[in-house]
Amino acid sequence: MTSLPTSTEKKLGLVIDLDTCVGCHACVISCKGWNTENYGAPLSDQRPYGEEPMGTFLNRVHSYEVQAEGQSAQTVHFPKSCLHCENAPCVTVCPTGASYKRAEDGIVLVNEQDCIGCGLCAWACPYGARELDQEEGVMKKCTLCVDRIYNENLPEVDRTPACVRTCPAGARHFGDFADPDSNVSKLTAERGGMDLMPELGTAPVNKYLPPRPKDSWDDESILAPFLEPVADEAKGLLGWIDKQLSRLPGDSKEEV
Amino acid sequence: MNFKQPKINTSPPVSDEIRKTTCYMCACRCGINVHMKDGKVAYIEGNRDHPVNQGVLCAKGSAGIMQVNAPSRLKKPLKRVGPRGSGEFVEISWEEAMSTAVGWLTELHETAPHKLAFFTGRDQSQSFTSFWAQNFGTPNYAAHGGFCSVNMAAGGIYTMGGAFWEFGQPDWDHTKLFMLFGVAEDHDSNPIKMGIGKIKARGAKVIGVNPVRSGYNAVADEWVGITPGTDGLFILALVHELLKAGKIDLTYLAQYTNAPALIDPNTGLLLRDDDDKVLVIDSTTGKLTPFDQKDVRPNLAASFRKAGTSYTTVMAHMIEKYLDPQYAPEAVAERCGIPAQKIKTIAAELARVAFEEAFELDQEWTDFRGETHKTMTGRPVSMHAMRGISAHSNGFQTCRALHILQIILGTVEVPGGFRFKPPYPKPLEAHPTPHGHGRPGRALDGPHLGFPRGPEDLQIEDDGTPKRIDKAFSWEHPMSAHGMMHMVISNAYAQDPYKIDTLFMYMANMSWNSSMNSKGVMEMLSARDDDGKYRIPRIIYSDAYSSEMVAYADLILPDTTYLERHDCISLLDRPICEADGAADAIRWPVIEPDRDVRGFQSVLIELASRVGLKGFMKEDGTPKWKDYADYIVNHERKPGIGPLSGFRGENGDQTGRGDVNPNQMDAYIENGGFHVHHVPDEARYYKPWNKAYQEWAVDLGLYDAPQPYLFQLYSEPMRKFQRAAEGHGDRQPPEHLRERIRTTMDPLPIWYEPLEDGQIDTNEYPIHALTQRPMAMYHSWGSQNAWLRQLHGHNPLYLPTKLWQEHGFENGDWAKVSSAHGTITVPVEHQAALNENTVWTWNAIGKRKGAWALEDNAPETKKGFLLNHLIHELLPPKGDGLRWSNSDPITGQAAWFDLRVKIEKVDAPAEAQPAFPPIDSPVEKGPSKLAWKVGK
Repeated sequence: MTSLPTSTEKKLGLVIDLDTCVGCHACVISCKGWNTENYGAPLSDQRPYGEEPMGTFLNRVHSYEVQAEGQSAQTVHFPKSCLHCENAPCVTVCPTGASYKRAEDGIVLVNEQDCIGCGLCAWACPYGARELDQEEGVMKKCTLCVDRIYNENLPEVDRTPACVRTCPAGARHFGDFADPDSNVSKLTAERGGMDLMPELGTAPVNKYLPPRPKDSWDDESILAPFLEPVADEAKGLLGWIDKQLSRLPGDSKEEV
Repeated sequence: MNFKQPKINTSPPVSDEIRKTTCYMCACRCGINVHMKDGKVAYIEGNRDHPVNQGVLCAKGSAGIMQVNAPSRLKKPLKRVGPRGSGEFVEISWEEAMSTAVGWLTELHETAPHKLAFFTGRDQSQSFTSFWAQNFGTPNYAAHGGFCSVNMAAGGIYTMGGAFWEFGQPDWDHTKLFMLFGVAEDHDSNPIKMGIGKIKARGAKVIGVNPVRSGYNAVADEWVGITPGTDGLFILALVHELLKAGKIDLTYLAQYTNAPALIDPNTGLLLRDDDDKVLVIDSTTGKLTPFDQKDVRPNLAASFRKAGTSYTTVMAHMIEKYLDPQYAPEAVAERCGIPAQKIKTIAAELARVAFEEAFELDQEWTDFRGETHKTMTGRPVSMHAMRGISAHSNGFQTCRALHILQIILGTVEVPGGFRFKPPYPKPLEAHPTPHGHGRPGRALDGPHLGFPRGPEDLQIEDDGTPKRIDKAFSWEHPMSAHGMMHMVISNAYAQDPYKIDTLFMYMANMSWNSSMNSKGVMEMLSARDDDGKYRIPRIIYSDAYSSEMVAYADLILPDTTYLERHDCISLLDRPICEADGAADAIRWPVIEPDRDVRGFQSVLIELASRVGLKGFMKEDGTPKWKDYADYIVNHERKPGIGPLSGFRGENGDQTGRGDVNPNQMDAYIENGGFHVHHVPDEARYYKPWNKAYQEWAVDLGLYDAPQPYLFQLYSEPMRKFQRAAEGHGDRQPPEHLRERIRTTMDPLPIWYEPLEDGQIDTNEYPIHALTQRPMAMYHSWGSQNAWLRQLHGHNPLYLPTKLWQEHGFENGDWAKVSSAHGTITVPVEHQAALNENTVWTWNAIGKRKGAWALEDNAPETKKGFLLNHLIHELLPPKGDGLRWSNSDPITGQAAWFDLRVKIEKVDAPAEAQPAFPPIDSPVEKGPSKLAWKVGK
């Protein structure tokens, strides 16, 4: 058993806007690129050019369809990575202390030196956010780009997770949820940011902004706007145009 | 457990060096920062300073590291030793490869240049490759626009002097309603995602018109799941509603369009003065006057009688046409698959936002008539469209209809609407006409591709025979502005209109996913005449990767990857401008190739020099340029204007026009690989009519004199073709095309049913079938990419709920899918967010065994499939003995979205059908695992 810090100074995490995510996978691959080259062992790929290619990813986008009775179906793209839970079951289950939650910012990390690859943490995580790297035999997970966000070798503007920096639609936001005035706290408050499976008591730090209501024009019970005709046939319309134009200042009508 | 938190280094070194260049994965051409460690590519991210992507990058761009290191990279020039299609090659030296090519090409250049067909696919250097082909003297050159989205380009240019693609953009900062047609995952990729994110963040509304609710349509607030091929009808119903309610921008129509122009009822042409200027009736004086005079107030409702002839305005003709009940929402609803009430709601919402949410920008500007306006009026409705509406045989008229919709709302080139990016706007008159007259040993008489103004610009012989092998610019497809790459192999095989000798292609996977009728194309490429010789005698192909097309060529010229080459993304071609600035960019070798490969453009320069093409030689007979980088810096298209607009002049301080600067390439590298020149504030909107913009464009060298113009609601070039079909003029269409030209080339947009529907039994083939590429692979040459193929490794056929239930499908089932042309057997999946009569799949996921260095049991080869096998490049025979191209009759755009199919549940075969025998791979298979890390 590994213990969790009783509290963390900051609560760093992501807000992911499901109203804006177009499912392009930019975050998935940017994450793969950064984390292959950086923190810990590279994210390996098995059979990268063969049958059932299977690699380690710290972030994946799943797509779902939602259809309410009598309404158009909707497609929801759902990016998923570690939620850096306050009550992270993956940490408390770790037999070696390799999985831990940082006291200063709440980031959940794996110390690869101490990881024995037993996989208990992946079983304990209800979100399926951890992947055992097949090549290295260690558990890999989102680090919130801990080697970017404080990195003094990067310009300040780039001290943000790779997935956030690259997201073309601006659907990913990074910040400190412990600060009520942070961008992420405000977005969460304004847009009704949600926890994933709150009933489990994991208290995820990351929040999801729900898709806004859609397809209001499909609802025939609502009085749809209507354009009042100015004329029903061509001649009448041309006459109307003529009248409109002659109202413009300086215009007059003259026989040609 | 007593836990002690480990100390970690949160500031590790990121890279030794950042090299800034341009991505090549699609036509976005984003700026990238390539992080280098120990001379190797360690990480790729977006360049924050770059005008296109402003720091963001898509999955393809971030996966560039897997592209640059892909095992499928060709390594050396190859000479075919087995039969075509076998993939049996031997590696040869560059000298042998070049001597072979020079031998073939020199003979053709000197005797019969038209026997060379040079077509480039994913080419990003078209102003250069066309220059090469022009100097060679062959009329047979084009890139892939003909099967991509030429309808969108031509529809835009002919109507408003600019188009969607990446040539314009919504005014993301001001728009309040964004309507997206036929684009779910594609062009232009990152800017659209960025724009949608931006407008949704401030609560603007997005309407997605698309049979498939994926990608951008997934985030659309309102989804219009239209039936494929009916967009034009839906748009004209919106036009009908808006006209009827008078919700149109009368001032805009009167001042900036040809709506007040007068149509001569005898000819259908516009009334003009002796200087060929369009005449209007001035509301103030009531007199006929040229449209561009100071203080003229063109009268939209005027009529004019002279010598017993009554001239009425374009506006009057439009009203007459579009108020017709055939365009009423109730009349089109069933056909379009959209309830009439919803069409009316959309029309009302367009009108509300355009007129009730209109706003003024506090920016003075002066129009081309000399009138100064205190403010700029904004109409915050913007639109964008691509293939979904253009890849139909009625696509050109549909694209025109869409522009008419934008224009009557007054939303083009105004704040909140759709904005052009330099070098657009550019009137039709400023575009070249096509040229096709070649003579042995000489250059062609002008650029191949252009915009015909009438029958006089067709590229046909006196007897009407097409001059081009693809039959572009012939009576079959008069306005085929991008050529018709999809017809080249078919026509070369049929020797119709003539026999060619050498087919030379670049980055064009014709024997697989870049053709209609892929199996037929494979057969045509390997077909032999009775004497045992190949019917297409010689094929040269250049590609960086082991694509399916490699196996069908005789000689392979291996290209570099995008990080190993020089390129320019030029204002002469398809630049990377933004509405607020002219921009261009370069690529430079941030790494050196580790193989014996050469950048294709440099190879072309050497070929040209050795063949002796005049435009590539100095007067003393020595080559003008040693390689492409040399050309990029030193070539001048006309004095002072070259491929790159930035850092010109001896000191590198001139923009647009200026002498050659030998240090220009270094200046670009220093500046992050690009150059931007901003549009002044008073020139930002109303560009076609804005004096300040016109002057800025002339200064920059975009054109030589100001050329304000009117939007062409009524298209005179189309009327000229239609008039020829009515029997007027010297150049007459052949009888079998006369009626088609007369009906389809209406000078005001119309809708007609897709041509395939008229030739097959739509009861037998009731289902529409579409393809699109996923965002993570859009327009890329990299679906074998080790990371990306884990996202999209196979492609089911998606079926809507109605068909899924009707046929009793369950998860894991397979279906036999048949069209009038062919049959495939493929895995199916259910998708509810789909038009109920439409099926679709991801394109180009399916791969042939032996290609792309994939293993033979890769899912791409076992379960992946192409819909291309169902689509023919020809329409089903009509019994008249003629070959009718499956293309838009106006522009020749390949009509791959016209496809109709039927489906049937079948037992799962061992692999997707049709299956093809493996080809010998010219490269070794990839490794069985990757653990990529270049830094220590």
